[in-house]
Amino acid sequence: MESIKKSKFEKNLRSGKFAVTCEIGPPKGAEVEEIKEAAGYLKDVADGINVTDLQSSVMRLGSLTTCHLLKEWGLDPIFQVTCRDRNRLALQSDLLSAYVMGIRNVLALTGDYTTIGDHPQAEPVFDIDSVQLLWTIKNLEEGKDLAGKELTQKPSFFKGAVVNPGADTEASYELQIIKMKKKIDQGAQFFQTQAIFDAEVFKRFMERVHKENIDVPILAGIILLKSERMANYMNKFIPGVFVPEPLVKKMEGTMDKVSMCIEIASRLIEETKSYCAGVHIQALGWEKHIPAVVKNLK
Amino acid sequence: MILTEFKPAEELLEKLKEEKKIFIMGCSGCPEGADTGGKAVLTDMKSKLEKEGKTVTGILEIDFLCQKALIRSRIKPRMNEIKNADSVLVFSCGLGIQATSAVIDKVCYPALNTITFGGITGMWQGTERCDTCGNCILDYTGGICPYTACPKKLENGACAGQSNGKCEVDPERDCGWELIYNSLKRIGKLDILNKFIPPRDYAKILPSAALRKTRLWALDEEDIV
Repeated sequence: MESIKKSKFEKNLRSGKFAVTCEIGPPKGAEVEEIKEAAGYLKDVADGINVTDLQSSVMRLGSLTTCHLLKEWGLDPIFQVTCRDRNRLALQSDLLSAYVMGIRNVLALTGDYTTIGDHPQAEPVFDIDSVQLLWTIKNLEEGKDLAGKELTQKPSFFKGAVVNPGADTEASYELQIIKMKKKIDQGAQFFQTQAIFDAEVFKRFMERVHKENIDVPILAGIILLKSERMANYMNKFIPGVFVPEPLVKKMEGTMDKVSMCIEIASRLIEETKSYCAGVHIQALGWEKHIPAVVKNLK
Repeated sequence: MILTEFKPAEELLEKLKEEKKIFIMGCSGCPEGADTGGKAVLTDMKSKLEKEGKTVTGILEIDFLCQKALIRSRIKPRMNEIKNADSVLVFSCGLGIQATSAVIDKVCYPALNTITFGGITGMWQGTERCDTCGNCILDYTGGICPYTACPKKLENGACAGQSNGKCEVDPERDCGWELIYNSLKRIGKLDILNKFIPPRDYAKILPSAALRKTRLWALDEEDIV
């Protein structure tokens, strides 16, 4: 049993240093060379690495196994756990497994619906929701499972959750705030936001968060925009993500997509960094460009 | 017939803890057949609530509580008693509670859990859907069922997948939580949403042994019908 209590990510975030988290999406198949290469680019720039859990409901290598590999390669993984594919027995079991493997950071999510992915025929589980998942972790940390049975050893995690600063109706915006507070009540210690492309939207959200007296560290979500095609695709198909027209035009108007991508992401970070505790960068395959995006931060 | 059973008395009294004046409504359709409705049941509840120090402003039985038009016409002469109440306690299946919540601007508490549509004779096919899950929490969600209105069956608030009030699963479909929020806003009870709802008890989804002993069930078992 690994004896480390606090993860590197938790220590860095608590120290008040501006934090950078990145993301690795496990491969479709058993080949892990590509993610090993991506991990290499991130090792010196990221405080923690999120590992997605069958993102967009597409079947892939598991988050738990990939977290284990990242640990072996010397990185600090953040285990993303969704409620889409596992009932409360499997979720509790995987959380215990993660702890035994030395994984200390967990991000609790509801998960995308099954029909948006590549196995639309699958049974959507959603036995519990993301707030209840945090409550479940709290139970395990107190030494009891959801049936009230005692555990031989209590696990301990640094627990995160997600919030969408860009919800577009009064109801959905207010519900994001209400749910965020419920997540904190159930033990959330940090937040990573849904990807933002408009610094003003994020600023308004953070003003509201302060008004609500929420003082849990928040990492602004940044997606590296690779092309105008990607922007249009996300606007059409990715729930909760919106790329404003001027950014789409900028990508359209340049031959050098990489430089424009780095410029857009760097500017967003520059405009948002005074409002938040860090950034969460999703590179979606362009991990090698992250060092350039964050070079002014280090 | 839709089969229902009484919510445990403790659970019901806990739900009604803050409520002082209550209006009781009952469906004289299915609940009477399941022995969870009818005049005797409603007056018995009235005296139980009065023993707890609560005021019952009135009792109203309606033939089919799942029909909104019928509810609207039948509550008209009783509006004073309803207005005087803090909330409404409803003896019906989930459909009836949803229909009542849509018509009356008060929190409508389920007195019963809905177990199964055991033969759906008489069921009104309105827009409401009941999951017959035996865990009714419609008072918490403004009379909109989170298990049928939200594909992810979320109990503690919306996911981030909605767009302009529509669901990520089907853009033609309203986000269930958008409906829940707006319904609670309409009755001025948004603070209810701050409450944490623990996971649903899936063991209650199967009808209990007692309910499997109802007359219709027995007849069916014996292959008489």
